This record gives sequence, structure tokens and C-alpha cells, in this order.
Amino acid sequence: MSALLTDTWWMTARRLKIGMAQPVFLVISLIQPVIWLFLFGNLFERVVDLGGFGTDSYLDYIVPGVVVMNALAWNMWAGMGTLEETSQGTLNRFLVTPVRRSAIMNANVFEQAVGTIVQSVVIVLLAWWAGATFDSGLPGVALLILLAVLLGVIFGSMSNAIGMLVRQRESIIGINTLLLLPLTFLSTVFMVRDLMPDWMATVSRFNPLDWAVVASRSALSATPDWGLVLSRGGWLLALAVLMVALSIRTFRSYQKAV
Amino acid sequence: MTTTDTSYAVAAYDLVKTYPKNVTALDGLSVTVDAGQIFGLLGPNGAGKTTAVKILTTLARPDSGTAVVAGHDVARHPRRVRTAIGAVAQRSSADPVATGRDNLALQGRLYGMGGTALRRRIDELLERFALVDAADRRVRTYSGGMQRRLEVALGLVHRPAVLFLDEPTTGLDPEARAAMWDEITQLAGDEGLTIVLTTHYLEEADRLADRLAIIDAGRVMATGTPAELKGELYGDAVHIDLRTALDEAAATAARTALAAVPGVREVALDGSRLSARADDGAAVVPGALAALEGAGVAVAAVTAARPSLDDVYLRYAGRRFADADADLVTAGGES
Repeated sequence: MSALLTDTWWMTARRLKIGMAQPVFLVISLIQPVIWLFLFGNLFERVVDLGGFGTDSYLDYIVPGVVVMNALAWNMWAGMGTLEETSQGTLNRFLVTPVRRSAIMNANVFEQAVGTIVQSVVIVLLAWWAGATFDSGLPGVALLILLAVLLGVIFGSMSNAIGMLVRQRESIIGINTLLLLPLTFLSTVFMVRDLMPDWMATVSRFNPLDWAVVASRSALSATPDWGLVLSRGGWLLALAVLMVALSIRTFRSYQKAV
Repeated sequence: MTTTDTSYAVAAYDLVKTYPKNVTALDGLSVTVDAGQIFGLLGPNGAGKTTAVKILTTLARPDSGTAVVAGHDVARHPRRVRTAIGAVAQRSSADPVATGRDNLALQGRLYGMGGTALRRRIDELLERFALVDAADRRVRTYSGGMQRRLEVALGLVHRPAVLFLDEPTTGLDPEARAAMWDEITQLAGDEGLTIVLTTHYLEEADRLADRLAIIDAGRVMATGTPAELKGELYGDAVHIDLRTALDEAAATAARTALAAVPGVREVALDGSRLSARADDGAAVVPGALAALEGAGVAVAAVTAARPSLDDVYLRYAGRRFADADADLVTAGGES
């Protein structure tokens, strides 16, 4: 176990160093959430007049959604890093050392988590500066970020597995394009469920992105519904564990195909 | 079957590996490598060399067959094998945005090294591979030769018992190649290190390998020391380049005419090139030219030379090495 921990530690430190050498990606990927917050948020400002949003500030309503959506968009690209390491031979070099396979995947998960946390904090600060309120204060914000990280782990691990299995940039780009906006719009990121068409409202209940949004929005409210937060958080945690396990399993398929 | 034979540094038995779309990379490959020697796997691109190395280094799994490396079965105890070997891939696998020193440090950590011992080992390797000045620069800024030297250093951090070098000089300029050859020769003298290298350069195999296996289409065609393999071809090699490729009737006529020349043996035709053996190559040339002229075959050039590994390859694989290389490259790259 301690060997797994040290392996994970060194592999994570390595990934973070690489990430810090290229901070530009972290910054570029913040452009999108800024657009959602400030352009989309202003454009649809009056939508709260329809009622049912639980707030009279649309900005307040979309902040948790934008944080969670950003986590999804950021982590979906994780497979690109894995793909790059596969094609440049770095992954193969690690695979012929005694390093634990799980440590390699854990390192990806931790690196992504750090990226998600940094970006989420920036988005929250920007929203706060623009006048968004966080009724439950720091604990609520911490829960929001935790839920964003969990969602990120789910889709980051999926992306890593795809990167290793299909080994084609186009596949990752295709899957991400196909998933990101539908997952976002089939959720309560921008619209309350009561105002959605029935079928969308139904589908959205099975959307992990929606679990994260619903739970974090509740956690940020003045009176959090802890049952909701814990159940949705629990589902996300279970799915995250499953996806990480699956991504570690893909090393076996990789070993057959390599 | 002797699957637990640990007297060899590397022993592979009947390795078979098929990739999707029925591409057979290995078709019953068996080799044994004695400890402390440089063993060459020589073959054209696509012969299965890299696949063999991937299996021996635990990266890939064979469909069938067994392999024992440094005393451990690659399928049953891959971690033990990994601890005992170093593997240097064809292309640079270092983190390009990290420094050479950082790459070496991480590699050492993954083998459980640390502290002063690791620092000392890194300094030693940087010194040995002439990377001291570049140690704290990002690998991205390294020249091709420097990157390759760093790769070899990465493979050696933990003092492995067996080092695998996959095409160690491919893509290097002649100067860097000569330097790498010296380095490999020196390494073999150290610490009883066993080196398994793959190459598609005949000259490289001839120069570096204590023993070698000639590989074609996923099988071993011949094994021996370079001298033994060349010695099997007694006499000189005579090569006659024809002006045009021959149709079947003309080919038979040319072969018959050449074989009838006194002192000429083992006539073979490969495209527009006739090859034969003779005890004294230069002495048979006039007779051979006269015989071919008599058969109506136009000759472009003639050479007579001591046998090379290329001749060995021709004898076992039935075609010229360079042609096999070209064929396989156009047929779908390497495996």
C-alpha cells in the first residue's frame, strides 16, 4: 500500500510539473465559463421572472452550473494527455518499470482534480466579484468544488480510457463534441426542471452533470437539503470509483493491443 | 518444455503474436541469450523485432509461447522482470517539458531509489553520457543524439541485469551513431550487463553483436556469431547486376549459364541481380561475364567481395535485406 502511495505521489508530482509548465491551457479553458457567466447570464437575466428559480438573480442560479459544466469540459480532454503520452512512448516507458498501473491512473485523476479546483475557485471569485451571492458561505463553496471534482473524475477517467483504447485524437474530439452541450442542456444548469419539456425533465434526472448541479445548488442555498446533497454526491462518488476502476482495467486491453 | 530454464539471461520459446486484421507479428519465435553478451535481433522493418522486445519487456502479451527474462517468467511474474530489466524504446520517451535530471530522478523513484544513492547515480549517468551541461535544460531542447543518450541513461538508472535497446541508432547521424556504438560496446563490458538490441542495420549487428538471430516474418531464420553466420557461406560473394529484369526463360538461361562456369556455386537470382559464391571471386569474373554474354544477358556491373551479413540474409530469407526492408515498409510499416 505504501508503495502504491509513493508511486502515486511521484507520478502525480510529475503530471503537475508538466501542467505547471503549460499554464496557458488552464487560462484558455477559463474563457468558456466566463462567456457563459457574463454573456449568457446577462442575455437571459430576465428568465428568472418566469419563477421557480428560487432566486431573483439569474447569475446566482447559474454559478453552480457553470462551475460544474466547466469541470466536465476540462476533464473531458484528459484523454488527450494520455494519448500524447501513449504516442510519444512515455506511457510504455512507465509500463515496463515496476510502477503500479493504478498509480499511473491515480496521478491523472489527481492532476485533473487540481486543475478543476483551481478553475472552480477562479470562476467562483469572478462570479462573486460580479455580485453573485453564496448563502451558505465557504462550506457551500467547498461542497460545490468537491462535487465538480467528482464529476470531473468520472469524465476524466472515461476520457483516459478512450484515449488509451482508441488512440485517436478525432475520437476524443468527436465524443466531447457529442456529449458536452447535450449533457449541459439536458440538465438544470441554465433552466429549472419545471420549465423544461417533459421528456427533457425526465432525461435530466439520469444525467450525472445534473446530479452535481442539483446537489451543489442546494448546498449553496441558505437551507441546504442534505438528503439531496448526500444522495446525489453518493451517486457521483460511486460512478467515479467505477470509472477509475474501469480506466485501470483498460491497461489490460492496452497490453493486448500494443 | 523448459519454461523454467534460468541459465539464460533471456529465453523465449515459440512466441506467437497476432494483431487485429490477422497481422502475424511473431510466428513461433524462439531465442536464447547468454548472460553478459550483446545479442542482436537482426531483421528488416516489420520482421517482428519490436514485437519480440515488447513481449520480453512485459509490455505486450503473446498469444502463445513463454519467455523467461532475468530468471523470471514474463507472464507469471512481470513485476520481477520489470525490476531486473531496462528498456530503451526506439523513440524518445522522456518528458519533453522536464529536464534531463528530473527525468532520471523520476525513473529512479519508480524503481524505489532515492536520496544520495539516486543523486550519485544520476550524476554518474549524466557524466557517462556527456549530458552534464544539458542536465538542467528541458529535454525538448536536446538534439537527437542527446535524447537518445538520455533514453539509454533512463534504462540504466536502476542498474538492470538485462538492457533492451530497440533500434538504438535509427535516425542518428553517422557521428552520433559511431558514438552510440562505442557506448554500447563499453556498457557490455560493465557489471556483466546483458544487452539485447534490435537493428535493421547489418553493419550494426556485425559490429556490436556477440551473437545474433536473423529474423524474418516473425521467425528466427538463423542464429550464431556474425563470424559463424558468414563462415557458413564459404568463399567470396559474386554479385552481377543485370541491365534489365529477366523473364522466366531468360532467367533460367542466365542461371544455367552462370552455374556452368567452373568454380561458381549457389547461383541465385533476385530481381535483376545474380548472386553466386566462388572460392576466388575475382578469378571467376571473366568466365562468368563470357557465359552470360553467350546466353544473351546484358550485364551492368559486377562485384566480388568477402561475404557480408546481407549474403547470409539472402541465403536464409531468399531475398536481399534492403528489398525485404522496402517491401515491408510499403506493405504496412513496422510492428
